[in-house]
Amino acid sequence: MMSCKDVSRLVSQGQDRKFGFGERIALRLHLAICAGCENVERQMAFLREALRKLGAEQNDPER
Amino acid sequence: MPPPTDFRAQIEGQRDYLLRFATLQLRDAHAAEDVVQETLLAALTGAASFAGRSNLRTWLTGILKHKIVDAIRRSSREPSRPQEELEGLSEFDSLFDERGHWRERPSPWESPEGAFEQQEFFTVLEGCLEGLPAKTARAFMMREHLGLATEAICKELDITPTHCWVLLYRARMALRQCLATRWFGDKDPEAR
Repeated sequence: MMSCKDVSRLVSQGQDRKFGFGERIALRLHLAICAGCENVERQMAFLREALRKLGAEQNDPER
Repeated sequence: MPPPTDFRAQIEGQRDYLLRFATLQLRDAHAAEDVVQETLLAALTGAASFAGRSNLRTWLTGILKHKIVDAIRRSSREPSRPQEELEGLSEFDSLFDERGHWRERPSPWESPEGAFEQQEFFTVLEGCLEGLPAKTARAFMMREHLGLATEAICKELDITPTHCWVLLYRARMALRQCLATRWFGDKDPEAR
């Protein structure tokens, strides 16, 4: 069973590489029962979106 | 293709945008100025290769990204201290107890997308980015701002994939903490 510490690292790596089947299942199982890690996963995805918008925001001379 | 003088003016018109783009990655006004200058020069001499492309900014940004990576490559030849940078992983260990559970469970952010409507959010985000250690920020911005794959980042920074993932993890953990405190933390969700 993975700890939250392991999962937080894996969630970050999920932004950067494809997981194997086993890793994917273990991660999904953990996230299904752990609200803290699920929040971190959402927030890391949000960070990616925010960085994309930060670039786009500069794109727009009106802002 | 537009006449040369017109083309030059159009390119020059993108300078401010390119400067901001480069500064976000390089965090150094002079270094950013240099790569933008190189980019504008390359664009002028390579004007013919723009013919037929629809978006000048996209084309220029593509050139700029290469110039930025070149600049990073030059600067990473300087002696680095990998030990120091790798120590960063343990800096988040204090968030977990001895069994690896959260000491304080991360709370959800209420409708985070709403932040994108507010200019102030991006100021806070930039402030958080500036707070990251140099190498951590560099790897993170290469990933998220330049959109490079981790393999490319490892190669340019001359680090292992594991080290690269450590830097990206550290950046994301630090940024989510920073945003939680400075943006999502004390704000009343009802007021947003």
